[in-house]
Amino acid sequence: MHPAPSVILFTTLSGIGFGLLAFLGLGLPVVTGWLAFAFFAVAYLLAVGGLLASTFHLGHPERALKAFSQWQTSWLSREAWAAVGALVVMGIYGAGLVFLDLRMPILGQIGAALSLATVYCTSMIYAQLKTVPRWNMPLTPVLFVSLSLAGGALLAGAGFLALILLGSAGCVQIAYWVVGDTRLKRSGTTIESATGLGHIGSVRAFEPPHTGTNYLMSEFMHVVGRKHAAKLRIIALGLMVLAPVILIMSPFNYVLALLLAAATHLAGVCVSRWLFFAQAEHVVGLYYGKR
Amino acid sequence: MTQLPETTQRKLGLVIDLDTCVGCHACVISCKGWNTENYGAPLSDQNPYNKEASGTFLNRVHSYEVQPDIGAAQLIHFPKSCLHCDDAPCVTVCPTGASYKRVEDGIVLVNESDCIGCGLCAWACPYGARELDASEGVMKKCTLCVDRIYNENLPEEDRVPSCVRTCPAGARHFGDLGDEDSAVSQLVAERGGMDLMPELGTKPVNKYLPPRPKDTLDEIDILAPLLAPVAEDPKGFMGWLDKTLEKL
Ligand code: SF4
Ligand code: SF4
Ligand code: SF4
Repeated sequence: MHPAPSVILFTTLSGIGFGLLAFLGLGLPVVTGWLAFAFFAVAYLLAVGGLLASTFHLGHPERALKAFSQWQTSWLSREAWAAVGALVVMGIYGAGLVFLDLRMPILGQIGAALSLATVYCTSMIYAQLKTVPRWNMPLTPVLFVSLSLAGGALLAGAGFLALILLGSAGCVQIAYWVVGDTRLKRSGTTIESATGLGHIGSVRAFEPPHTGTNYLMSEFMHVVGRKHAAKLRIIALGLMVLAPVILIMSPFNYVLALLLAAATHLAGVCVSRWLFFAQAEHVVGLYYGKR
Repeated sequence: MTQLPETTQRKLGLVIDLDTCVGCHACVISCKGWNTENYGAPLSDQNPYNKEASGTFLNRVHSYEVQPDIGAAQLIHFPKSCLHCDDAPCVTVCPTGASYKRVEDGIVLVNESDCIGCGLCAWACPYGARELDASEGVMKKCTLCVDRIYNENLPEEDRVPSCVRTCPAGARHFGDLGDEDSAVSQLVAERGGMDLMPELGTKPVNKYLPPRPKDTLDEIDILAPLLAPVAEDPKGFMGWLDKTLEKL
């Protein structure tokens, strides 16, 4: 799949933003007044900034409100509801903390649940697609939610908890890559099943339908070299898990270390998300003899 | 409405004969022509007279080489447009309700004034049957020429999809695949019509007729023994020539 920068930014930033909102909702840490304002501002900037970035790839962003209508079948529509719900509930909860010094734990918990539900819905947009076997597995939502929790814990300054969550997100990420690499093969979809010509012999794409490129080719067919991908995977893991863990455990100034850790983590998740798209094979590529 | 109907009253669709298609691309051009001038936004082109030319098409013809275990390779031309799936994944993913499947005839359509151009439906279609138009920002797909097949302003013989009307080889057939007695259903039964990527569970309405098996001639060739190949290992003068040429 084409790794569109707007979608990579959206899933990365909003994932971490909603992760932070979830921790704030659970009262980890308990903050009030100006400090609460700072925490909530960061969380909203990330979450809302991500959502705004996602509208850049729409053909008609001015009709975006219509996307709320089909929640019964569409994960994209459900994501829109969950996101607005989380932002509204957490907004009320945050206002209570910032201006009234008032903590409403139940509201916070609801907000936390909605925040994580948003991340889950985002991941299901990808995980539901049978056409992309690498995404079409339960590990996809597990990966998105665990990265969101790890990033959120890191930004919330949750010390030891952040270490554990970062470690487990790293493990999920490795599992996702290992299992994902075999998904297309195990899906059973081949150029033979795509053309229905397998009973005659082995099928090879001889001539494409057109001399130039088209929407399908630029949207769905993206080939990353194997060596390249392996290197990027190591970079992603290093930036998103290893570096933050080392920084948190280092004896430097805690706040400075935390900021640095958050920055490298964010960069690492971006690399991982780039790979998430760039390495995903859409079965339509088979018609073009690509992978 | 992106909930799929339980059943549709009819299942209008195409039957494409891979044995007959000559790969002339006439259906591609007639589809583009009809659908640029009629239903919805026109099908735009980008850089049509330059390098990197591209554009929106609702129907494209691939060509495949199939190599059997024995015998010569076969070249098969393969037109592909929306298959108007019964269990259309492109419809259920749509957040706006722009994509829908009609109860009365099973045609899958996009209501362009509701489409936000998110592209998710094209991601969900395994067949590459949907293309986001680069200049209009809305999703385009085969309409089964819904504006021809019911169009009483057209002469009766033209009330079929444009691609079907145009095909010079008669490789495209249009009809109700939900009706067992229809000509298309009988054609499918007779020729072993098949689904594309059946493992994905989309239950396509359109069917493909596989190429008929090639016949083999039991040749009796009385001259064959006389034309047996010359010695594999040439000797004498030929052997010398062979070696010398090899050295050059
Ligand atoms: S062929 Fe693709 S666009 Fe057409 S109904 Fe099936 S899934 Fe949808
Ligand atoms: S591109 Fe249009 S039709 Fe397709 S899913 Fe998005 S809103 Fe629906
Ligand atoms: S039925 Fe009409 S829209 Fe569909 S491929 Fe044929 S000409 Fe194009």
